[in-house]
Amino acid sequence: MQEYLLHLADNALILGHRLSEWCGHGPALEIDMAMTNISLDLIGQARNLYAYAAELEGQGKTEDDLAYLRDVNGFRNVLLVEQPNGDFAQTIARSFFYDSYNYFYQKALCESHDKQLAAIAEKSLKEVAYHLRWSSEWAIRLGDGTEESKQKMQAAIDDLWSFRGELLTPAAYEIEAAKAGYGVNPLEIKEEVEKKLQEILLEATLDLPADGWMHSGGKTGRHSEHLGFILAEMQFLQRAYPDSTW
Amino acid sequence: MVEQTDTGKRPDNESLNPDELMAKIWQCLSNVSDPEVPVLTVLDLGVVRKIVLKLDGAEFVSEIDDLSTSITSSPPKTPPEKISVLIQITPTYTGCPAMSMIATNIKLELIANGIKDVQVEEILSPAWTTDWMTESGKQKLKEYGIAPPQAKARVEKMLFDVSNVPCPQCNSKNTEMISEFGSTACKSLYRCLDCREPFDYFKCH
Repeated sequence: MQEYLLHLADNALILGHRLSEWCGHGPALEIDMAMTNISLDLIGQARNLYAYAAELEGQGKTEDDLAYLRDVNGFRNVLLVEQPNGDFAQTIARSFFYDSYNYFYQKALCESHDKQLAAIAEKSLKEVAYHLRWSSEWAIRLGDGTEESKQKMQAAIDDLWSFRGELLTPAAYEIEAAKAGYGVNPLEIKEEVEKKLQEILLEATLDLPADGWMHSGGKTGRHSEHLGFILAEMQFLQRAYPDSTW
Repeated sequence: MVEQTDTGKRPDNESLNPDELMAKIWQCLSNVSDPEVPVLTVLDLGVVRKIVLKLDGAEFVSEIDDLSTSITSSPPKTPPEKISVLIQITPTYTGCPAMSMIATNIKLELIANGIKDVQVEEILSPAWTTDWMTESGKQKLKEYGIAPPQAKARVEKMLFDVSNVPCPQCNSKNTEMISEFGSTACKSLYRCLDCREPFDYFKCH
């Protein structure tokens, strides 16, 4: 269960960190605030999951130990969430792919037999619903916008398409989690996720790329070089000054 | 916000019966405000869910049930030697940075009222909703210049959904949303098209 919880928490933390990088750089003040709001939700969700993982581990660790003191190969997040922000369209495509998956995932996780995990999902779902609405609306605005915004949005969808496969391909710990009744096998939600994706892309007048070769590895700790750079920045303080507080 | 002064007139909690003591704790909580929206108390917001009062071995529970509070207790015996309190709070939004400050302020308020053994526990389920906000809380929000939540909370909403939020300044419904995400997680940004004032809307959640 530990690895499963870390997978959920790492997804939220790393995407939360990526979105926080937009703070002060958003294309407009309101968008900047939206991205940092979403980032705050995700980091809060990660915190709940890490705290629970640390509690179950029972070795006196805290959520901070799990976030700040593990190295790249200990992380179980999907490769999608560690991809760089790119331009605004790429950030939207990444969020939209993740949110359209995460919304149905959290919905299913509310049925977990594990009381605490179900409670975390119930809480997260309400926030993730905003995230999905936000990224869907922007995908539509940009896709069905000007010639330039459409071209950029389509390019972003095409670029990140090969990272979608990993979301819906279960790792061993997800299969185990679903069997044991505390977690979700992403194949259970595949149909709903694909339907939502097609519905939004159609409204955005964007083309659905053909399914081809898909990236994988993040769920088992084989990451792109980007994660190392994220951790270098995120963990620097705790690594340089262990246990420092303020 | 909380001043700890020892005037020598510290209330004698031991002489109160459980109902009175419970009432006193609720009263204390009504003095603790939200650090980000200081016109609202933690009771207005509905973040306090339950009080568990322990008098020696006996346990008394009081839960907030929408607007009313119910107290279940058995008759008191002798004055208790040990009084301890557990207060369950629930976060508005997962990442809300105000929660730890709220927990600290609750402890300080109770300590100032002579209740020293206080634990504050965060619970997640049932998830907080603006439906739990009190009517007086909504009124106070509006007077403060923040439009209160307009409807029952629901998770599924249409894309590009437009809800007519009345302007807290001039009451006009001719308003538009600037962004669903505002200065804090619980608010959206709006502008009034009549008086031209921008305003915060405490969104339904």
